[in-house]
Amino acid sequence: MPSALKHLLFMVVPLVILFAVLPGVYQNHLLLFNFVIFLILAQGVNIIYGFTGYLPFGYVGFFGAGAYGFAIMVMLYHWPALPAVIVAGLVGVALGLLLTPLLRLSGAYFAIANLAAALAVLHFVANPALESITRGPYGVSLSGAFDPNLAYAAAIAVMALTLAVVVFLKNSRFGLALQAVREDSVSAAMAGVNVVKMRVIAWLASALVAGLAGGVYAWYVAVFYPDNVFSGDFSIFAIVFALFGGVATISGPIIGVVILYGIYNLIGFTTPQYFQLIYGLLIMGLVLFLPAGLVSLATRRGWNVP
Amino acid sequence: MSPDINPILNVNKVVKRFGGFYALDGLTFHVVPGEILGLVGPNGSGKTTAINVISGLYAPDGGEVIMDGTRIGGMASHRLVHRGINRTFQVPKPFMSLTVRQNVEVALAYGRAAVTPPPVDELLDEYRLAEVADRPAAGLNNVQQKMLDLVRALATRPRLLLLDELAAGLNPSELDWIAERIKALAQSGIAIIVVEHLMGFIEHITDRVIVMNAGKEIFEGKLAVAVQVPQVIEVFLGGEHAA
Repeated sequence: MPSALKHLLFMVVPLVILFAVLPGVYQNHLLLFNFVIFLILAQGVNIIYGFTGYLPFGYVGFFGAGAYGFAIMVMLYHWPALPAVIVAGLVGVALGLLLTPLLRLSGAYFAIANLAAALAVLHFVANPALESITRGPYGVSLSGAFDPNLAYAAAIAVMALTLAVVVFLKNSRFGLALQAVREDSVSAAMAGVNVVKMRVIAWLASALVAGLAGGVYAWYVAVFYPDNVFSGDFSIFAIVFALFGGVATISGPIIGVVILYGIYNLIGFTTPQYFQLIYGLLIMGLVLFLPAGLVSLATRRGWNVP
Repeated sequence: MSPDINPILNVNKVVKRFGGFYALDGLTFHVVPGEILGLVGPNGSGKTTAINVISGLYAPDGGEVIMDGTRIGGMASHRLVHRGINRTFQVPKPFMSLTVRQNVEVALAYGRAAVTPPPVDELLDEYRLAEVADRPAAGLNNVQQKMLDLVRALATRPRLLLLDELAAGLNPSELDWIAERIKALAQSGIAIIVVEHLMGFIEHITDRVIVMNAGKEIFEGKLAVAVQVPQVIEVFLGGEHAA
C-alpha cells in the first residue's frame, strides 16, 4: 500500500471519525470544536514552519481575516454560511499574497514582521471608520447564521482537508523539495527547485487553511470582537502545539494538540491558579530537552515517524 | 580541444563588485564541451566569485555570461540548472536532515525534466555512497558530503559542471580515483571548470588553466607553462620570490 494511502487510512480517517462521533458521547461541544480548530491551526503552522522553516508569529492574521471574510459575506451580502467559509479561505489566501514580500526575510525578522502584519490587520478591521463594513471595534453578530452543529461538521471537513495537504507534503516530491528548500535554499536551487515559487505555494496553502478555520470559527461562535479572532493566543498555541509534537511530520502536531490542549483544559478545570506555572514548565522542558518535539524520541532511535 | 568546437560558455569582461571591491574585474574566458578548464590563483583572486556568477548565485555588475549563445548573467539558479549548469560547493551543502537518497531524489525530480535522469542507485554506487544511501546527510564525513554534492549535481544531467575545491581534503588514493571520475565525465561531453589549490591535481586533470589575480585573468594555457611565467610566480609566491 502506498504510504500516502496508509497515512490517510490510519491517521486522517480515524481522527475524522473520532471527532464526528465524540459530540454524541461528550457534552462539551465547544471544547471539541476548539480541539478541531487547533488541530487545523497546528497543521497550518506545520505546513509553513515544518516544511519551509518560516515561523509565523502572526499566523492568527489569516485566521482573523478569514473570520471577518465570513462575517462580511453573511452580514452584508447575506450569503449562506458554507460558501462564506470558502470566501474566508480565499481572504486568507489574499492576505497571504499581500504578505508574500515578507518571505524575503528570514528567521526572527520574518517572525516579527509577520506578527506586525497580523496586528496591522487587526487594527485595520477594528477601525471605527469601517463600522459600516466590519462593525469596527463593536464586534459582529451573525445570529442569523448560527448553527453550531453544521459549523462543527464544516470544521471537521477543513481539518480533513488540512491533514490531506500535510499527507501530500509528507509523501510527495513536492514536499521533499520544500524540505530541501528549508534545509538549504541555495542547494535546493542547484537541484533545480524554484525556491521562491515553492515558498509562496506553502505560504498560501498555510494561509488558506487558517482562513478556512477562521471562517468556521466565526460561524460557530457567531458573535465576536476583533480582539477575539485576532488574539495572539491562536498563533502562540498553534506554534507551541506543533513544536511540542514535532513539525515536518503528520502525527507531531496532532500529538501536540491532544496532549498540550488536553492538559491546558484539564488544568483550567481543576487548578486554574497553577495554570501558567505548569504550562510554562512544560514548554521550558520541551525547549531544553526535546527541541525537535515529542516525535524526536522515536526518530532518535531511528524509527520512521509519519 | 579542437578550435572548431563552439564554446558552451563564454565569460565576457564580467565585473562583480562588493561595495568598492572588485571581486571580478573584466574576467574573460570560455570553455568548450568535453574540456576540463582549471581556474587557479591565490586566495581572494575571484575564482569562487566566478563560479558563483556562472551558477546564478550572484548577478554580474558588468559584462556578460553567455551559454549556447544566450545571455544567462543574472538568471535564477534553478533556471540555469535546467539549462544544464550545475556545481559543487567548497564547503559541501547537502540537505542535512534528508537521507542521501532523498538528497539525490530532489535533484532527479526537479533537475532537467527533458533529459532521462540516471538511476539513483547507479550514481550512489559510482560515488561510494551506496552504503550510506538511507542515512541522513548530516551523518556523512566531509568527503562523502562532497561526493553527495557532486552526485546531486550529476542527477540534473549537467552539460557544464563547476567543481569548487572538490579535491581538498581527499587522501592520495581518493584523489586518483576522483581524478579518473572527472576525466570520464569530461569524456562523456560535459564541460568542466575546476577551482583547486592542489597544483599536482590540476596539472593531472586539466587541459588548460586560467590563472587569476585580483579578479582578472593573467595567464591562459597549460599549467606547466604557467609556472614558468614570472607574473604568475609573483602572484603565487609574492614579490621577493619572483625570478
